[in-house]
Amino acid sequence: MPDIQEVTVDDLKHLVSERAIQGETVLLNMGPQHPSTHGVLRLLLELDGEIVVNCIPDIGFLHTGIEKNMEAKTYQKAEVMTDRLDYLNTVGNTLAYSLAVEKLVDLDVPVRAQVIRVILAELQRIASHLIWLGTAALDVAAMSAFLYCFREREMILDILEMCSGQRMMTTYIRPGGLWRDVPVEFEQAVRNFIKIFPKRVDQYEALLTRNPLFLDRTLGIGKITTEDALNFGMTGPGLRATGLAWDLRKAQPYSGYEQYEFQVPTRPEGDVYARYLVRVQEMREALKIVEQALDKLPLGPVRSSNYKFVPPPRSEIGVSMEALIHHFKLWTEGFNAPKGSVYSAVESPRGELGVYLESDGGPKPYRVHWRTPSFDNLQAMPLMSKGVLVADLVAIIGSVDIVLGDVDR
Amino acid sequence: MYFVAERAFMDKKLQIIVQKLEKEFGATASETRDEVSLVIPAEKIVAACRQVQGHGFELLSTMTAVDYWPQENPRFHVVYEFTSVSQNLRLEMRVPVPGVNPSLPTVSGIYRNANWRERELWDMFGICFEGHPDLRRILMPADWEGHPLRKDYPLGYEEPQFTFNFEEIDLRKPYAKE
Repeated sequence: MPDIQEVTVDDLKHLVSERAIQGETVLLNMGPQHPSTHGVLRLLLELDGEIVVNCIPDIGFLHTGIEKNMEAKTYQKAEVMTDRLDYLNTVGNTLAYSLAVEKLVDLDVPVRAQVIRVILAELQRIASHLIWLGTAALDVAAMSAFLYCFREREMILDILEMCSGQRMMTTYIRPGGLWRDVPVEFEQAVRNFIKIFPKRVDQYEALLTRNPLFLDRTLGIGKITTEDALNFGMTGPGLRATGLAWDLRKAQPYSGYEQYEFQVPTRPEGDVYARYLVRVQEMREALKIVEQALDKLPLGPVRSSNYKFVPPPRSEIGVSMEALIHHFKLWTEGFNAPKGSVYSAVESPRGELGVYLESDGGPKPYRVHWRTPSFDNLQAMPLMSKGVLVADLVAIIGSVDIVLGDVDR
Repeated sequence: MYFVAERAFMDKKLQIIVQKLEKEFGATASETRDEVSLVIPAEKIVAACRQVQGHGFELLSTMTAVDYWPQENPRFHVVYEFTSVSQNLRLEMRVPVPGVNPSLPTVSGIYRNANWRERELWDMFGICFEGHPDLRRILMPADWEGHPLRKDYPLGYEEPQFTFNFEEIDLRKPYAKE
């Protein structure tokens, strides 16, 4: 066994304050196995008593080399790994990847597939925010919200399972459309959810929004200004809670988001409580989009019929020689994408989820880079947590809503 | 290997900015699939970033690199993706970097989130960023050898050990031993 490296001030001279070097402040490890770091995040804290002087995040414990692995697989096979990045937003990841591939090879998506994509992406947004709400409330010792949130999340996971056969790692959205059409029970299940959910959000709000204990722990904690947030590359609800209505669904619509009416909730305060309010409001807005999309869900194919890039349906393989050839070509060699690079981004529950995709003309991506929102949001966290109490730091980590699979890739 | 298409339509505001950057920094612009990309020489990147931020690109969306190995000069392209929240524009800048002692000046003083992105590029590609305040590995362990996202770095495999060669392979296996 190699010796376990001890953290010494000497290695970190450039990161800690002068007082740590003189021994006036204490260096303390938080994580990587700490329940309120939401995964394997290690924070090196410089503490003056109970006050955080410096907070130095140490990441990479969940690094899986997805970017490198994707370079070795064809475009279709590489997609399976995208689910594993941000495991609370699996539909969003596959959507981002599919949009990038479609942009690269210039592929059209049928309208029905686009609408179903929007429905699932918004349901996933609600599910992700529910996890956040449950765990962030748990961090500030509000136990009951956690149980209620997971109850509703289960309904969404059931819908995903109904469509794809998987609760979480769906890989349901594929370049060129969807894996297959949604089942007959889908519409009823989503309608059922739309009917139940607004009352449930009221319940969460009744538990938290005016709860004096919750307010004590969140109001005015972890403040950040819009300028700082932008300079740190912060996006998503964290940025919107500083008062800037920047949402890629509105600003650079994809998958037909421009057809739906919804608000972009913002708050001017930029603290933990503001981030809470923005996310809760976002759940209500997401539900509005789901309802509108379900009302206009057209009939038609869910996969592009460009069989050079999209595998033909199973039923055609038995009767069409060409379909069989396409099927064989696509699942052995894959398709050749034209040379060039694209960057395409979607609004994930955590912010701008971007995919940089470069092709050298072959069947495998030459370079895939994931611009994951948690990576940049986490970078802004030390700024928010300067001078707060350790207990408040826990509330701040919760409010930033990081997913370590998303940070470490 | 880098693909340059003919200039097509571009947003008016963006066009003015791009023309200024072309003139000032000797950049070459191209547009493919509605994305505007500028190739900028390495020594001018800091000034160019400052200029771009001044033009209202508040957000450095991401920073990444591409390895064109075995091509040596340039071996890497470092790619900067800027977003202007106020004007709703996107701009890409690419900086060619040679394969021998690849290094670039840091932009973490201008866009603070470049700090971790540059650490990631150092970790994954071995591109050095001069003047970076904290250039350590970020995703890989601190004692890792090599830079995994380089094209000459193997994807990785484990040699199968059988009874007859267990000891022999065990000796050179790179894992912690008792």
